[in-house]
Amino acid sequence: MAHATLTRTTEASGPEPARRSRGRRHRGEDLTKLLFVLPAVLAMVALFGYPVVKNLLMSLQDYGLRTFFTGDAPWVGLRNYTTVVTDNLFSQAMVNTALFTVGSIAFQFVIGLGLALFFHRRFPLGGVLRSLLLLPWLLPLIVSSATWRSILEQDSGILNRTLTGIGVIDDPVPWLNSPSVALIAVIGVNIWIGIPFNVTLLYSGLAEIPAELYEAGQLDGATGWRAFWYITWPNLRAVASVLLMLGVVYTIKVLDIILGLTGGGPANATQTLATQSYERSFIDFKFGEGAALSNILIAISFVFAIFYLRSTRRAVDE
Amino acid sequence: MISKRITAALASATTLSLVLAACGDNGGDGDDTSSSSGDTVKSLTILDYYNNDPDKSLVQKGLDSCASQLGVTIQRETVPGDTLIQKVLQQASSKTLPDVLMLDNPDVQQIAATGALAPLNDLGLSGDGVIQGMVDATSYDGKLYGLAPVTNTIALFYNTQMLQEAGVRPPKTWDELKAAAKTLTKPGRYGIAFNANATYEGAWQFLPAMWTNGGDETDLTSPQVAEALQLWVDLVQSGSASKSVINWTQGDAKDQFVAGKAAMMVNGPWQIPSLQKTPNVKWEVVQFPVNKEGQTPVAPLGGEAWTVPLNKDQAKQQKAADFVKCLNSDENELAWAKARFTVPTKTALLDQYVQEVPSMKVFTEQVRTARSRTGKLGDKWPEAAKVIYQAIQLALTGKASAQDAFKQASGG
Repeated sequence: MAHATLTRTTEASGPEPARRSRGRRHRGEDLTKLLFVLPAVLAMVALFGYPVVKNLLMSLQDYGLRTFFTGDAPWVGLRNYTTVVTDNLFSQAMVNTALFTVGSIAFQFVIGLGLALFFHRRFPLGGVLRSLLLLPWLLPLIVSSATWRSILEQDSGILNRTLTGIGVIDDPVPWLNSPSVALIAVIGVNIWIGIPFNVTLLYSGLAEIPAELYEAGQLDGATGWRAFWYITWPNLRAVASVLLMLGVVYTIKVLDIILGLTGGGPANATQTLATQSYERSFIDFKFGEGAALSNILIAISFVFAIFYLRSTRRAVDE
Repeated sequence: MISKRITAALASATTLSLVLAACGDNGGDGDDTSSSSGDTVKSLTILDYYNNDPDKSLVQKGLDSCASQLGVTIQRETVPGDTLIQKVLQQASSKTLPDVLMLDNPDVQQIAATGALAPLNDLGLSGDGVIQGMVDATSYDGKLYGLAPVTNTIALFYNTQMLQEAGVRPPKTWDELKAAAKTLTKPGRYGIAFNANATYEGAWQFLPAMWTNGGDETDLTSPQVAEALQLWVDLVQSGSASKSVINWTQGDAKDQFVAGKAAMMVNGPWQIPSLQKTPNVKWEVVQFPVNKEGQTPVAPLGGEAWTVPLNKDQAKQQKAADFVKCLNSDENELAWAKARFTVPTKTALLDQYVQEVPSMKVFTEQVRTARSRTGKLGDKWPEAAKVIYQAIQLALTGKASAQDAFKQASGG
């Protein structure tokens, strides 16, 4: 039976064997493609899928100290979410997170752009200075925050000593000791840390802009400020949007700098969603609530990621 | 089409294997421990947080001598103090807890509440003769889960030279303390340094004032507690203590003291080795002052307890308990106390200890009346401690008065 079918097909059509062998080759090709994708899929599932799913599940469970020993974590529905959202500190942490993110990114970007434009003009030692500028980025965050903590110390910190010494202020500023100043100080340190990243990306963006554009612009009278507005800025837009998007995602989750500088204090003045999530998980050992907060954080980042993806897609379409 | 189906199959296979692997981790408990079980137990694993010298090697001596007494070898692992509980949780979920586990005494009840520890009464140990405060700390639901060979507490250190120069006697009451701190303050120097940061350490430093004045963690809105907080507020607001105390750790307070930037400090005897490194700073210790004469100073008990995590291997569990018993022998208590500036936990040893180490007299006296943090609230203590340090922060930053701070911090 099988034999008959086989012969008939071979007899029946001439191009058939060719097509079949091509099909087999096709299948082999598919398999190869698949094998190439497989490691990436595995890595994604293990390194991204598992933690995200686990975190989602955890936020719906009463996941505490006991869970680690007994393994049971009762399902509690959305109770963790309502607990964290109705907490007294939640609204303050939200506002602080927003101020921290917007404040950090705005200044990092503007200062970074200024420095990038400055270094774009070639001058002696420009390269050396530009690489020195990377230093804050290279330091471990825990080192920078410890150093800044001593710089910002109210009584003997070098900043207050200098400022009082040159007569800018009469009384030492309570940088990290006053609830009304601490957030500003923490944002300031984060700006300092973020500038190198902004300078580096914006500088390479500037280097990409062809010099001919400026030459042509010069003929039409576009120099100085007008050259920046009509030539530099439009050409830098793509880099800038990537930078701002990454900035939001990186800044919104900043934890180590705040922990190192103030630990969320004084009197919770520098608590953000990230520090609250850390505190609930690793100090209170209420991992379910910590997971709920970090999921809220992920959701906010996700909104920005979507904005970013949509804007880049539009750019490709154009 | 085919490729899609294969991808789906592969994806589900991977998920499945991951799930299986995860289950395997949780399910295959303690195979390695039971395999080594036999008539005789040859080795014990130990986890503690004495990861810095001199403590690290001094503790090692005690462990080694008990190991040779019991005829076992030990594998000891040390981790930094603030990562111990995370390490324990990790090991608990992978069922690789050590045979002997050291825990900071206020954590014992929390961990015992999870059912991870073996009750020591059933294994031939008891807390007889141990100061009540420590037995309270290491018991849960009427059963003993750990024993601490040595303990410590906090008191008031003062710079003898500075007090002499200013003609100030070591303070005995809060009024004297405030007056002394004010007199001792001059440009570049504060009268007193303490730790009021937003951590459990900040709460711990507040307890001598709170407890001595009759305040209690079961009722934090009482006037006695508010009075104690007012003491901290007065010291900071009068400029006798730095406004930075809300960010300082106990180590920072010690650094200020050593640098001559503070004439007094609230601290514990574990700072003595590093104070001895600067012999030109001469110091003495007195008990923490009382609010009104006639009050007894009550300070919190510090120190670490040794526990035995539950083990299916009965022989090993018994050996581990014997090991803890050996660590709590009179000889070892005295040896560790002398070498590490701590205080033995057995009341019968205290007199002998003070005779041999007169410099620890004040701390030893303080320990006699000291209380444990978890004695009354048990595993609910961390919540109370959180209210305490939040209230301190609110009051010291001027966001609330000492009277309202505790109400506000407890969410009222």
